[in-house]
Amino acid sequence: MKPAAVTDDTVASIEAVSHRYGKITALDGLTLDIPAGRMVGLIGPDGVGKSTLMGLISGAKRLQAGHVETLGGDMSSTRHRTGIGRRIAFMPQGLGKNLYHDLSIRENLEFFGKLFGQSRSERAARIEHLTGATGLAPFLDRPAGKLSGGMKQKLGLCAALIHDPDFLLLDEPTTGVDPLSRRQFWDLIDTIRKDRPVMSVLVSTAYMEEAGRFEHLIAMNEGRVLAEASPADLMTQTGTDNVGAAFVALLGGEIADPQDTPPTAPTPATDVGPPAIKADGLTKRFGDFTAVDTVSFEITRGEIFGFLGSNGCGKTTTMKMLTGLTPATEGEAWIFGQPVDAQNLDARRRVGFMSQSFSLYGELTVRENLLLHARLFHLGAILTAERMADLVPRFGLKPYLDQGAASLPLGVRQRLSLAVAVIHAPDILILDEPTSGVDPQARDAFWDMLTDLARREHVTIFISTHFMDEGMRCDRISLMHAGKVLVTDAPQAIIAARGMETLEDAFVAHMLDAMPQDVSAGDPGLTVIETPVTTTKAPRFSFRRLLAYTTREATQVRRDPVRLVFSFIGSAILLLIMSFGISQEVREIPFAAFDQDQSPESRAYLSGFEESDWFLERPRIRDAATLERRMASGELALVLQIPPDFGVSVRRGEMAEVAALIDGTDTNRAGTVESYVEGAHTHVLTQGTQSALALTGLAPSRASPVRLEPRFHYNPAMESLPAIGPAIPPLLLLLFPAILMAVSVAREKEIGTITNFYVTPTGRAEFLIGKQLVYIAITLLNFIILTVLVVTILDVPLKGSPAALVLGALLYAVAATGYGLLVSMMASTQVTAVFAAAILSVMPTLQFSGMITPVSSLEGPARILGTLWPTTWYMGLSVGTFTKGLGISELSSHLLRLAAFGPILTLLAVLALRKQEK
Amino acid sequence: MRQLTNIFWLAGKELKSVLGDPVMVILILWSFIVAVILEASGAGDTVYNAAIAILDEDGSMLSRQIADALGPPWFQPPVMVTPDQVGPEMDAGRIMFVLAFPPGFEADVISGLMPVAQLEVDATAVSQAQLGTDYIVSILASETRAFLSGNPDAPDPALRLELRRAFNPNGNPVWFKSVSSLLNQLSLLTIALTGAAMLREREKGTIEHLMVMPLTPLEIALSKVLANVVVVLAAFTLSLMFVVQGLLKVPVSGSVALLLSGTAIYLAAAAAIGMFLGTMARSMAQFALLVIMVIIPIIMLSGGMGAIESQPDIVQRLTLVLPSRHFLAFAKAVVFRGAGLGAVWFELSLMAGLGLAFFVASLLLFRRSMSLSG
Repeated sequence: MKPAAVTDDTVASIEAVSHRYGKITALDGLTLDIPAGRMVGLIGPDGVGKSTLMGLISGAKRLQAGHVETLGGDMSSTRHRTGIGRRIAFMPQGLGKNLYHDLSIRENLEFFGKLFGQSRSERAARIEHLTGATGLAPFLDRPAGKLSGGMKQKLGLCAALIHDPDFLLLDEPTTGVDPLSRRQFWDLIDTIRKDRPVMSVLVSTAYMEEAGRFEHLIAMNEGRVLAEASPADLMTQTGTDNVGAAFVALLGGEIADPQDTPPTAPTPATDVGPPAIKADGLTKRFGDFTAVDTVSFEITRGEIFGFLGSNGCGKTTTMKMLTGLTPATEGEAWIFGQPVDAQNLDARRRVGFMSQSFSLYGELTVRENLLLHARLFHLGAILTAERMADLVPRFGLKPYLDQGAASLPLGVRQRLSLAVAVIHAPDILILDEPTSGVDPQARDAFWDMLTDLARREHVTIFISTHFMDEGMRCDRISLMHAGKVLVTDAPQAIIAARGMETLEDAFVAHMLDAMPQDVSAGDPGLTVIETPVTTTKAPRFSFRRLLAYTTREATQVRRDPVRLVFSFIGSAILLLIMSFGISQEVREIPFAAFDQDQSPESRAYLSGFEESDWFLERPRIRDAATLERRMASGELALVLQIPPDFGVSVRRGEMAEVAALIDGTDTNRAGTVESYVEGAHTHVLTQGTQSALALTGLAPSRASPVRLEPRFHYNPAMESLPAIGPAIPPLLLLLFPAILMAVSVAREKEIGTITNFYVTPTGRAEFLIGKQLVYIAITLLNFIILTVLVVTILDVPLKGSPAALVLGALLYAVAATGYGLLVSMMASTQVTAVFAAAILSVMPTLQFSGMITPVSSLEGPARILGTLWPTTWYMGLSVGTFTKGLGISELSSHLLRLAAFGPILTLLAVLALRKQEK
Repeated sequence: MRQLTNIFWLAGKELKSVLGDPVMVILILWSFIVAVILEASGAGDTVYNAAIAILDEDGSMLSRQIADALGPPWFQPPVMVTPDQVGPEMDAGRIMFVLAFPPGFEADVISGLMPVAQLEVDATAVSQAQLGTDYIVSILASETRAFLSGNPDAPDPALRLELRRAFNPNGNPVWFKSVSSLLNQLSLLTIALTGAAMLREREKGTIEHLMVMPLTPLEIALSKVLANVVVVLAAFTLSLMFVVQGLLKVPVSGSVALLLSGTAIYLAAAAAIGMFLGTMARSMAQFALLVIMVIIPIIMLSGGMGAIESQPDIVQRLTLVLPSRHFLAFAKAVVFRGAGLGAVWFELSLMAGLGLAFFVASLLLFRRSMSLSG
C-alpha cells in the first residue's frame, strides 16, 4: 500500500556526511534537514557537492561516511532503498542526461512507466496528461535527441513525474536552457506543486536569479552549508537585494553589479583596418538540420562581443566555422580581412581559442600545459619565460604550478585554459562558454581579466555564454536562438529597444516574436490529474521491468543499424576470407637440389620430387656458399643434397645417403615438410620401378613388412574447407557479441542513463538480463547468417543434427554476451570496455580453442585456459554437427558444458554490478 | 625544423598520456609478458599429445611392442579400446587415432604375408590427421623391422634419408611461436592504442584545440604515431630481452639492432592502420568492431598460424597488403636465419610503403572527420 503523505516535517535528514572522490573532498561532514512538502533550493557553484548530496539523498550514490535518512528510513539499508524507489524521482544534471536520445518522447515515457509496473492503459493515460501539461503532446514521436534543451528538460520532468513521486529531486534542471524555456519550466513546477502539495521538491541551480522563486534555500560551498533560510531572510541577513549578491556576501566577497558599472567603451583602434572578425551569411547544415542559419556580424578590434543563447543554439558551430574547424555550408567569414582558411597556419597564430571543454591535458601539470603551448607556438625560451612570468601571477596559477590539470578546481582550470589561450599574445580571443559551471565570484574575476585584456592590450574578444549577467558586460551582443541571430546591439540598447527591465526579459520578448510555433508552454488549463497509483507492492523480480529494458535496448539498436550491419557484414566477410585463407594443405614447397653426384641414379632420385605436386623446383644449387645464402634468404623450404659418391654406392648396393635440409623456422611447416619428404622418398623407392634406381633392385625388397590402411573419417577427401569453414563462426560469434554487449553497458555508465537503474526499483538481474536478451537475439541472427553462408557459399553440408547446432548456438550466445557483461563490470568507460573485451578474448578464442591446434595438444596454462573457454566447446559442437554428422545425444556433453558458461558468467556480472554509484 | 620540434613536443604529451593511464599500462604488460609466455609455451608441435587408442585383437608381443613405441611427445600414452567404444570416442573428439591390429597380425608378419593394420583417423583437423598418420606409418614400419630382425635398432634401408632442420635443429616449437606471438601483441596493441588516442582526443574535445593552433594534421598524426611506436617498441625490446631470450631461451641469430629497426618500421605501419581506423570510426563500438575485423586476419593470415604458400592465390594477393605478413617474414629471417639487411630490404620497404599508404589515407580522412564531427 502506498503510504500517506510524509507527515514528518523533514523529507530527508543528513548527518555528518562526508564524500570523497579520490583526493577531492566533495562533502565535508555535512549535517542538514530538508523540510518536507516544500520547494527547497540548493544553491552554490559547480563542484561544491550539490550533485553528490542529491545522489546520496536519492540513493543513486553509495554513502561513504555519515548517515542519510530519506522518507523516514536509513538509506544505507538496501531494503529501505528498494522500498522507497517508487516514491522518489531523480532527474540528474545535464540536458536530457537520463533520457534515451534515440527514442521518441513516447518511447521514453513508456519505458519509465513500465519500470514502475504500470499497465498499458495507465501508461497511456499518464503520458497523455503529462505531455499535455508540458506542451510536449504534439511531438510525441520526435526522438529525444532532436528536442531543444528546454523540451528535453520538460521530457525529463515528465519521466520523473510518471509515477507520482512523493519526493522530486531536480539537479540543475535549467542549466543551459534558453530563458523562455526556463520560465516555462518553473511555472510548470509551480502548477504541479499546487496539484500535489504533499510532494517535496529539492532542486539545485547555478542561476542565482532563479533561486528567488524557492521557498527555502540552502547555500553550499566547498562541501559545507553556508546558510539555510528563505530567500528573503537570506537577503536581509546579508543586506543585499538579490540572491546572487547574498551568496557572494556569504562567501565573504563582493561582486560588482554589472548593471551599475557598464564597461568602458572600447578604445577605437588606432589603425583603421578591416574588422577583426566579419561573418557574412554563415550557414551550417548537418543533413536536414540547420545548426546555424545565415548569421552575419562584424566585430571591431578591441571589442568584447558576446553570443548569448541556450545550449545547442548554434554558438559553438559558429565559432568552429570562424576558426576553420568546420567548413561553412554557405556564407563566408574573414579574420582581419583574410578569408578563414583552415590551412593558413599564420592566421592561427593570431587567434587564441578556448573551447567549451576547457582543452587542457589533464595528465599534464599546469606548468607543462603552459610550456607545451608556448613551445607549439615557438615562442622561444626568453619570450616563454617572460610570458610565464606575466601570466602565472596574473591568473593566480602560482600555487598550482606542479599540480595535474585534471585535479584542479573548476575555477582554476578555467583560468589555466585562458592563460593557455593567450600565451602567444593573440590579437583575437575566441571563448566558447568559458564560464559554464564556475561560481559567481570566479566568473566575476574572470571577466575582470577579459576586460583588462581587451582594454589594455586591445585584444578582440568573441565570447559565448548562456548567463545574462555576462551578456551585460559585453560591448555588444547577439542574442541567438535555434541557429538564428535575433538581434545584435549593445546590451543596454537591446533592453531599451524592447522597453524591458532586464536583458532576460528582452531576450524572452525576442524569442516570443521569433518562434511562437515551436515550443508552447503547454495548455495552461490542463493540469496534471492524479491517476490512481497501482497499488501492488513492488515485486522483487519483475518480468515487465526486465522486458522494459529489452524493448528499450532493441529499439535503440534498431535506431542505430550501422553497428548491427557492421557486425553482420563484417563477420560474413571474415568468414569467407578466413575459410578460404586458412588452408592446412601445404603445397608447392619450394625446393632446390644440390646434386654433387650428377649420376643417372641421382637424377632418377630427384625426378621423383620434381614430378610431385607437393614440391616446386627452384634453380639448382651449385656450391655450398650458394646453399647457405639461398636458405638464409628464406627462398627455399627444402634442399635435397646428394653426396658425390651416391651413384657409385647405389650401384654397388652399398649404403647410400641423401640429406634433406629443411628450413626449420616455422616449426609447424617444417614438420609437415618433413613428412612429405619422407613420403616422397618412400614413393621413389617403392613405385619408381621404371627409373634407374629400380634397376639396382634396391627398393622393393626393402619395403615394409606390414601395411597400414588409414581411413579418414568425417572428411575423407582431407579437404581444408570442411574442416575450417565450421570452425570460423565460433570465433566470430564470441568476439562480436562480447564487444557489443560490453560497450552497451559501458555506454550507459559513461553517458549517465544508468542513473535510471540506480534510482528506479529495477533489480540488477532485470537490468543486465533485459539488455542481454537483445544481444542474444542479435547473436542468433548472426549465427543464422553465418550458417547459411557455410552451407551455401562454402558448400559444407550440415550432416548432423540442426537442433543440436541451434541449441548450442543459443547456449553459446548466452555465454558470449555473459562474458561481455562481466567485462563491462570492470570498465567505467567505453574505451576500457573495448580494450578489456578485445585484448582478453582474442588470444584464447583464436589460439586456445582448438581452431588450429587441438586443445588436447596444448600445454600448461594454455590448455587450462582453452578448457575453460566457451569457444572450445562450441567449436567441437560446430565441427561435430557439420563434419562429423553427430546428433544431440552424441553432443550432450558439449551441450552440458556450454550450458554452464552463460549462467555462470551472467551471474558473476549480476553480482559484480552495484545498485549505487560510487 | 619547426615541424620537427612540434612533433617532438606533441609526442612527449602523448607519451605522458599513454603512460598515465593505468589500464593501458596493465594491458601492455599483460600482452608482452603473460600473453607471450602463454602463447609461446602453450602450443606444441603440429602433432603433439594427440590422443591415440589401440584396438588390439591380436594381443601379441608385436602389437604390444608397437603400442609401447607410440608415445610422447607426439602421442599421449595409448589407451586400449573395445570395438564398440571406437565410434563414440571418436565422435566425442576424445580420440583422434585408433590403430587396430587384426587377429593373427604377428603370425602373418612372421610368415611375410604383409598383414594390414587399420588406422581410424579423425580428419576434421586436416594437418594433424595427415602428419599423425605419417608418424604412425613410420613407427609401425621400423618397429616391425626391428621385431623381425630381433634387433632393437632397426636396420636401415640401403638408401637412407637423413632429415636435418636448419635454423632450429631440434624443431623446438617455442621458438617460432614466441616470434609469431610477439607479432600478434605488437599488432593488437599498436593498432588499438593509436586508434584510441585518436578517439580519446576527439571525445575530450582537445583535438579541436590542436586544430586551431599553428599545427598541421601531419604533425598531430605523426606525433601520435611516434609516441605509440616508442611505447610499444620499448615494451617489445624488454619482452624480447627478458621474456623471449631470457625466460623462453630463444636464440636470436641475427642482429638485434636490425630486428629493432625493422620492428620500428612495422610499428609505424601498424600505428598508421590504427590511426586510419580511429579516424574512420564514429564511436568506440564501431572502432572495436573495426579492430576485430583487422586483427583476426593479421593474426591468422600473416603466416603465424599457417604458411603463406598454402593460402589460395587470391587470398595470398589480399594478404600482401598486410604489413604484418612482411614483418613476420622479416622477423623470421633475422631471428632464425641470421639474415642481414641485404636479405630483408624488400620486406622492409614493403612495410614502409604500406605504412605510408595507410598514413596518407588516414590523414585525408582526418581533415574530413574534423569537419563532420562539428
